[in-house]
Amino acid sequence: MLAARVLGVLGVLFVLSIIVFAMMYLAPGDIVKNLLGNRPANPDVVAAVREQYRLDDPVVVQYLTWLKGFVTGDFGESIRLQVPVAQAIGDRIAITAALCGLAFLVSVLVAVPLGVRSAVKAGGWVDRTGNALSILGLSAPTFAVGLVLLYLFAYYVPILPVYGGGDGGLDTLRHLVLPAITLALGLGAIIVKLTRTAMLRELESDYVTFARSRGLGERMVRRIALRNAAIPIVTGASLVLTFLVGGTVLAETTYALPGIGTLLQDSVLFKDIAVVQSLTLLVAVVIAVIALLADLAYLLLDPRVRRQMGAAS
Amino acid sequence: MSDIRIIGAAPVTRRRRRVPVGVAVAMGVLAVVVLAAAFGNLLFAEAMRQDVLASTLPPGSPGHPFGTDELGRDVLQMAVAGTASALVGPVVVAVGSMLLGVILGTLAGYEKGWLDTLISRWTDLLLAVPVLLAAIVVSGVMGGGYWVTVALLVVLFSPSDIRIVRAGVLEQSARPYIEAAQMLSLSRWRVMFRHILPNVTSLVVTNMMLNVAFALVAFSSLSFLGVGVAPGTADWGRQLTDGRAIMFQNPAAVFLPALLIVVVAVCVNLVGDWIGQRLSQVGEEVR
Repeated sequence: MLAARVLGVLGVLFVLSIIVFAMMYLAPGDIVKNLLGNRPANPDVVAAVREQYRLDDPVVVQYLTWLKGFVTGDFGESIRLQVPVAQAIGDRIAITAALCGLAFLVSVLVAVPLGVRSAVKAGGWVDRTGNALSILGLSAPTFAVGLVLLYLFAYYVPILPVYGGGDGGLDTLRHLVLPAITLALGLGAIIVKLTRTAMLRELESDYVTFARSRGLGERMVRRIALRNAAIPIVTGASLVLTFLVGGTVLAETTYALPGIGTLLQDSVLFKDIAVVQSLTLLVAVVIAVIALLADLAYLLLDPRVRRQMGAAS
Repeated sequence: MSDIRIIGAAPVTRRRRRVPVGVAVAMGVLAVVVLAAAFGNLLFAEAMRQDVLASTLPPGSPGHPFGTDELGRDVLQMAVAGTASALVGPVVVAVGSMLLGVILGTLAGYEKGWLDTLISRWTDLLLAVPVLLAAIVVSGVMGGGYWVTVALLVVLFSPSDIRIVRAGVLEQSARPYIEAAQMLSLSRWRVMFRHILPNVTSLVVTNMMLNVAFALVAFSSLSFLGVGVAPGTADWGRQLTDGRAIMFQNPAAVFLPALLIVVVAVCVNLVGDWIGQRLSQVGEEVR
């Protein structure tokens, strides 16, 4: 079952890699010119580019060469930054990873307790406030939230930096606070809804009624219910991920953070195809891997499945 | 994204059909917005005309209650004139993905078999694609333009519709009335679209409303990243993006369109949730 899942993921990635490769041909304009960018088009350089991308070979060979490069970490050269794509990505990945991690941490710490409480006291004021907040969080575009915070913190309470990535270490962390909060609002809205829905379903199930009738304390009951509610929450991870990918681009652009999101946006606007191709495929790989991990977590979280697996081995 | 839905406790007592205050307000707001979309362009046909003398006036200036942008265009007039452009895309996306969802979802749920497998795999694939990323890449690199973006978003928004319709159809097609319809040897198309479809309408309509809100957010995000509608068009997303440059001279240039986007999205969400609840209650009573 797991093997089939992995094969399925590989299949999806294969199809995506073909689409991403085709981007080079689908972009309007002459392919050599696109790959050259601003460099002067003298015959030597053109020949070098034709050689590098094997443009004189059949398309299949071009694709395989490109894919081999991608798999071995040779992503080509950025025409905008004049550095290898791998280096451009490597320079910026840390800030994006920190941003996503921080936003995820904040949203989980706030949203899961809020979702649980909303479900336990359904209809109460916490529930209604939480519901209103999550509708707002889903309705407000990430950049709108970002701009409001940026304006407030630049103008009225200038205690946190609102521009750029800082000088590394603690300073960078300070620069990440506002972007992370911005991102966490949308993320938290999704997680609150997922948690509340899952928790409500668990609290209505038979084993909870049974546990209560046996006289288990309400706190204990809630702990058991939450553990089981974790399954649908974790499987909802794909929703969270797809939001996070778009949200990072928006948050980084709003606060001018030098991360992967701004790299992607600048490269798209500049038509720096090698960077866009690599980033798109990398994001797809990361999403696929995390979705796979979420499925594995699902196996570990469900005691019934765990038992079955234990019995089988 | 619109897979998320709050499943509350089923209403025990039959409520009187009264519109909650919040929903009534939301409906009023949406009515005004629709009016603005219909007549805004006629009312302020000159909204996009540049006037260098009136450049970057702060809010509260005489004749310009929300000030002007750096090209001297009145912020309020632009916002009213931009309503139509801001709403057309999201509504087309929501309706288009709904149609796609109804057709593919019904086929998958009713016909089952290889068709179901194919459609389900297809939705799995699409659900894993980050909407914003795909839209940025396609409209940015391939230079598709506005309507290519719309078409792309229709496809990317459809998996939630397909899944919801499919689940509804699966649930309905096990019921006796479908068996009865089949025994009358009605054509499969008639069974699918005349008998099953009306019973999954509530799911479809709710999801469509939610998709309008999500699409509104998606479109404005694309504009913000510079791959949305062309410069010089009256459009909320565009206005907001252009206004960023003068955010500290005239905050209204950014926050008026931003506020409009958020308010409309919230109202659509509220009304959508309410319609969903009402329709499902009506269905409950009929059965």
